[in-house]
Amino acid sequence: MSTPEHTEHSEHSEYIDVETGKMGMWLFLFTELFLFGGLFIVYAVMRARYGEDFHHAALELNAFIGATNTVVLLVSSMTVAMSLTAIQKSQKNLAVGLIFCTLLLAGVFMINKYFEYGHKFSLHLYPGSDVMRNLPKGEIMFFGLYFLMTGLHLFHVVVGGILLTIVMLRVKSGKINKEHFLLHENGALYWHLVDLIWIFLFPLLYLIT
Amino acid sequence: MNNQVSAEPLNYLNHKTGLWSWLTATDHKRIGLLYLYAISTFFLTAAVLGLLMKIEKSSIGPTIMTAQTYNALFTLHGIIMIFIVVIPGLAAVFGNICLPIMIGAKDVAFPKLNLFSFYVYITGACLGLYSQFANGHSPDAGWTFYVPYSAEVNSNIILALLAAFTLGFASILTGLNFIVTIHRMRAPGMTWFRMPLFPWSLYATAWIQLLATPVVGITLLMVVAERTLHVGFFDPKLGGDPVLYQHLFWIYSHPAVYVMILPAMGVVTEIFPTFSQKPVFGYLPIVFSSLAIALVGYFVWGHHMFTSGMSYESRWFFSFITFLVAIPSAIKVFNWLSTMYGGSVDLQPPLLYAISFIFLFTIGGFTGLTLGAVATDIQVHNTDFVVAHFHYIIFGGMGFGFFAAMHYWYPKIYGRMYHIKWAKIAWGFLFTGFNVLYFPMFIMGIQGMPRRYYDYDPKFQLGQTISSVGAVIMFIGLIAMIVNLVYHVRRGAKAPANPWHGVTLEWQIPSPPPHENFDEIPVITREPYVFDNPYTKEK
Repeated sequence: MSTPEHTEHSEHSEYIDVETGKMGMWLFLFTELFLFGGLFIVYAVMRARYGEDFHHAALELNAFIGATNTVVLLVSSMTVAMSLTAIQKSQKNLAVGLIFCTLLLAGVFMINKYFEYGHKFSLHLYPGSDVMRNLPKGEIMFFGLYFLMTGLHLFHVVVGGILLTIVMLRVKSGKINKEHFLLHENGALYWHLVDLIWIFLFPLLYLIT
Repeated sequence: MNNQVSAEPLNYLNHKTGLWSWLTATDHKRIGLLYLYAISTFFLTAAVLGLLMKIEKSSIGPTIMTAQTYNALFTLHGIIMIFIVVIPGLAAVFGNICLPIMIGAKDVAFPKLNLFSFYVYITGACLGLYSQFANGHSPDAGWTFYVPYSAEVNSNIILALLAAFTLGFASILTGLNFIVTIHRMRAPGMTWFRMPLFPWSLYATAWIQLLATPVVGITLLMVVAERTLHVGFFDPKLGGDPVLYQHLFWIYSHPAVYVMILPAMGVVTEIFPTFSQKPVFGYLPIVFSSLAIALVGYFVWGHHMFTSGMSYESRWFFSFITFLVAIPSAIKVFNWLSTMYGGSVDLQPPLLYAISFIFLFTIGGFTGLTLGAVATDIQVHNTDFVVAHFHYIIFGGMGFGFFAAMHYWYPKIYGRMYHIKWAKIAWGFLFTGFNVLYFPMFIMGIQGMPRRYYDYDPKFQLGQTISSVGAVIMFIGLIAMIVNLVYHVRRGAKAPANPWHGVTLEWQIPSPPPHENFDEIPVITREPYVFDNPYTKEK
């Protein structure tokens, strides 16, 4: 009885026990939520203080692009979840294709974001600009929060993209397979977090006007 | 077993050799030692800085440095001590070395992540040091980085902020690793309430590390954004609010105090039963008081800001909650004393440190209530009283807890024994010096000596001089202790597996422990502190 137990507990085993690995990932996701939590607190405080200014500033954002990006991220979350099911059913090529779709959608999200940011910059609506200095205080706060929150989120999109690229390569090489898909599952979890945070950012910044 | 004919059996220290095997070690005990050496080096550096500050203050006017140097020194002392030494301290060193053994595991849940977090820690520490010397503009905003000063001053604040951020990340990863380890890796039969109390305190600590640290992370990043992008969250000219920064900072940094003190409480909770040869008094209350401290500790941050402009209701609330934290802390003190009561107390160095921990922590705790009460806080806020209180808790608590752990687990870690008498003498110097150094600061604080001041009114001359003398005495004790410990790593007498007759799992394996701790994972059949162990009896 003790022999198989022994190898399972050994640190030299290449694969970490799935439950253990997932638990670590969930805890890490909590910390990510708390990281954004600090910004949500600032948002709440400033919104309570400058309700009117926030209303005006939010009108400046393009709700259509925001909504498009929301759909894009939701679909990408679906494709990454489907890729996990595919690998569990040993459909390797399908899994690779679905992860590729996810990465493609992440690309679409970033392109949309690029045009959105570009538009703001052309209007000189970025922190520290002369136009911004002359805006009402609440609007300065709103755009500051807009750039910091979406910027930090964008950073997470990039990190998630890199993570999923690694997952895709490992699926291709067969390192991730029907038996060992912990990294794949954790990568998908991370991508869902990216999605989840956007689900909160979208109404707070674009919809509540 | 092994073909080599060697004097010593294979253990984690000699199963592989060479610098590279240490730098790439995933063995939790080796990583713990890496942390120990790094943290000790930083501790000694910051202690010297503290000594220099005290020498500066021994007489009125400039003594050995300028005012700007003094400001940079207390900032550096604070950043090193808080972020690099005290916050990771016990958890990273003794948590790593002892936690897996005490719960009957071969390693932590994620050994590679453990090594990674050590390098994140080193990166953060190096950034912190670099910020002090780059371009000759060492940060001078104190370890709290209060805005607006930190957002405007022309010194290397950004580097220091990023250092703190990186160190926080390392702390999160360690906490995450410990939580998963405790949930998933306990030996068969070790139910939650058969787990020893040091792992319990690490568990409570790890949750604070995990849930509070990200908040300070984002706060520090906001200050970086404030300085580089002028977002203005904390700048009233642009609509921001400096007090908001203080809230966000203390939402983390008060719980961080419990990150420092809880593992120290866990250490002394191990020491009292062993040196009294008696089961710990009130196992469950100790467990739940640890969890209660961790939980309630989240909601007291406002007591740092009674004088910063807060509504009457919030002051009332934060003051009340602060008083509540005193209850679980006091429960622990009663439990420790009751554990010793009627036991066969053996005054070895670890117990001396543990008892002085209670003494100093109690003084620190009572003066904490003085600061937690709104009326008295307004009188003593930003005076030396706060500095004295803080050092009684952090140095008297965490510091002495660390020394206690060092003397307790030393024979286990190195398989050698330090010089007992020498250790006791060093303790005498440390304990005396500590009180001579910090106690006068309570009195001067009440008389109105402000903290962080370079110079002072002549009426404080006597107190300042006494305090400086205390610093020197304490430093002698510190050096004596370190020399004793370092010297006997190789030259000490061989230590048996269980020199203190302890009953927790780490004492049931050889000293130093083998590479993977247990040949066979033990099966736990009873509570952790039962002193009828046949192994102990035969000694």
